[in-house]
Amino acid sequence: MSLKDSSEAVFSESPGKIALRNLRKDKRSIIALSILGFIVGISFSAPLYAHFVAHTNPFQSTLDATISIHGEQKAVLEPSTTGLGLGVTPIGPTWNLGKYFLGADGQGRDVMARLLYGGRSTLLIGTTAGLLCIFLSLLIGIIAGYRRGWVDAVLSRLLDIIWAFPVYLLAISLSVVLLTSGLTIGFIHVGPGSFALPIFIIGIVYIPYVARPIRAQVLALREREFVRAAVGTGAKSSTIILREILPNIMPSVLVFIPIIVSLSMLTESALSFLSIGVQPPAASWGTIINEGLGLLYTRPIVGIAPGLMIVLTAAALNLYGDAVRDALDPKTRARGD
Amino acid sequence: MSTQKVILSIEGLGKNYEIGSAFSRGKDVVHAVENVNLEILEGETLGIVGESGCGKSTLGRMLVRLETPSAGQILFEGEDLANVPAKKLRSLRKQFQMIFQDPYASLNPRRQIGKIVEEPLRIHGMGKEERKAAAQDLLKRVGLDQNAYEKYPHEFSGGQRQRVVIARALALNPRLVVADEPVSALDVSIQAQVLNLFKDLQAEFNLTYIFIAHDLGVVRYVSDRIAVMYLGKVVELAPAEELYANPAHPYTRALLSANPRMDADDKRERIILKGDLPNPINRPTGCVFNPRCPKVQDICKVESPLLMQIGNRQVACHFPDNE
Repeated sequence: MSLKDSSEAVFSESPGKIALRNLRKDKRSIIALSILGFIVGISFSAPLYAHFVAHTNPFQSTLDATISIHGEQKAVLEPSTTGLGLGVTPIGPTWNLGKYFLGADGQGRDVMARLLYGGRSTLLIGTTAGLLCIFLSLLIGIIAGYRRGWVDAVLSRLLDIIWAFPVYLLAISLSVVLLTSGLTIGFIHVGPGSFALPIFIIGIVYIPYVARPIRAQVLALREREFVRAAVGTGAKSSTIILREILPNIMPSVLVFIPIIVSLSMLTESALSFLSIGVQPPAASWGTIINEGLGLLYTRPIVGIAPGLMIVLTAAALNLYGDAVRDALDPKTRARGD
Repeated sequence: MSTQKVILSIEGLGKNYEIGSAFSRGKDVVHAVENVNLEILEGETLGIVGESGCGKSTLGRMLVRLETPSAGQILFEGEDLANVPAKKLRSLRKQFQMIFQDPYASLNPRRQIGKIVEEPLRIHGMGKEERKAAAQDLLKRVGLDQNAYEKYPHEFSGGQRQRVVIARALALNPRLVVADEPVSALDVSIQAQVLNLFKDLQAEFNLTYIFIAHDLGVVRYVSDRIAVMYLGKVVELAPAEELYANPAHPYTRALLSANPRMDADDKRERIILKGDLPNPINRPTGCVFNPRCPKVQDICKVESPLLMQIGNRQVACHFPDNE
């Protein structure tokens, strides 16, 4: 009897807490979060680095600057000595955090400082666009799946229209149009240089990829007996959605977040690389790769450094997504049935 | 059964499902339930039996308006539940609750047991402390531990979950409970416990049950009256013991003869029906049972028999057994 009592005294854990505990124990999540934490940390301290460490303005061209290395004065931009002698060769990495750690770009700007500022833009746009996409997808998926009928038909066809375009084709077309004119919705006007444009564009193009699985889940949940029981007790639709359906689709939403944020980040970089995302002089990892393209043979670091950052961030996000998925998967934990 | 007041009366109740996409709508119609007339008396247990697909679950869901009837009326307290405005229906729902077959699907896996039992009370506006006390009391009454309140569904067995489902159904103090195969997902040893719980609570809460099942032993144990359904129609309605002792409809006879008996000397012949349940899209003309009936005559293929009063039972057959 005492044995029975002690076993019943064990406190109960919600499925969410169990998942969180699984996640905390997972080495992948620890590694991924450390990498992400480091990248986010240095990116968001970009202004501090530029101002206090490198003493440079990474948005201003400094074509005739000089620096002293080992007591020797050197120009940041030297006339090219190869080929026709046209153009310039910027200074290479000094590996000195104080000045031109990763060298300079074609306009004499500090690549390290720009890399950090670029990370800030890319992370900001990627995360916001990803969350915007998840939010809109939840809204559309739940309404379509719960209302069914013609509401579902209309919303699903709208998603099909977005789905019909390849992601990059749609993003590029939207960008080209919106970047020339800006975007006016009602009395809100978004200028062509604003970060809101890439956020909006990227947020839209991935909606079908998230909204469709959510809609399918809501359709299935609606038929579950606990949802019918809620209808049977006289619950309103809003109550059923918030208390019965939403908590049960949260696991898949949580799995989607890292994946969609990583995809948004990659899309942002791609658009910026094509000069239709973040607009100069502002930096993003994509714009820096674009600038590095012309220096690929002389100063490859300018293109490689942001490329590595993108790879590292995306890999860490995907690794974290995997860990979240496994932590939430009911099959990996002991069933109490 | 002290009072014999009619609590729920249904007239000409029917449910059709149209099959096909938006472009081919109206082509095929499934008649899940057709022209059912029943009166449910206060305090009784009405059992509904029939094989899979006979429409008994659809009928049960219509009675608690989880399904909208295509035809007919459901009269409850002077209101026609089949045609009541949504807002009015929500407040009427307090008085009739449903218990489902699968206790594993009936509870939201992400909510605590106590919150699940409290939810109906919260919806109907009871205060926080009050409903917590009510939920704890209900959990005790259905035979669960005090600490069940804090737990989650995954920590319970099927039988315990069904007790939680029952507690939730009783939270609003309903007058009518429709139980759709409430014990068929449970082990036989647990079935008896849950059935006894049903009986105890009926006395305690003065409940009226509509008990849907395919297990004839279970229905006999709990029911006062039994309705036998076949292909969406009620073919026989009789007091439980009489139905078992002396089935009048050939389908009821066949159904009962399929029930294993303990008595080795039982000399009743085993009736084996030919064929399967007909397709509910293309139903047979005349009596729906005629293609499988051992006593079929010409009139059965032409004219559909109506439910007729014979003694204290109702039978829908041109040639009922009168023993």
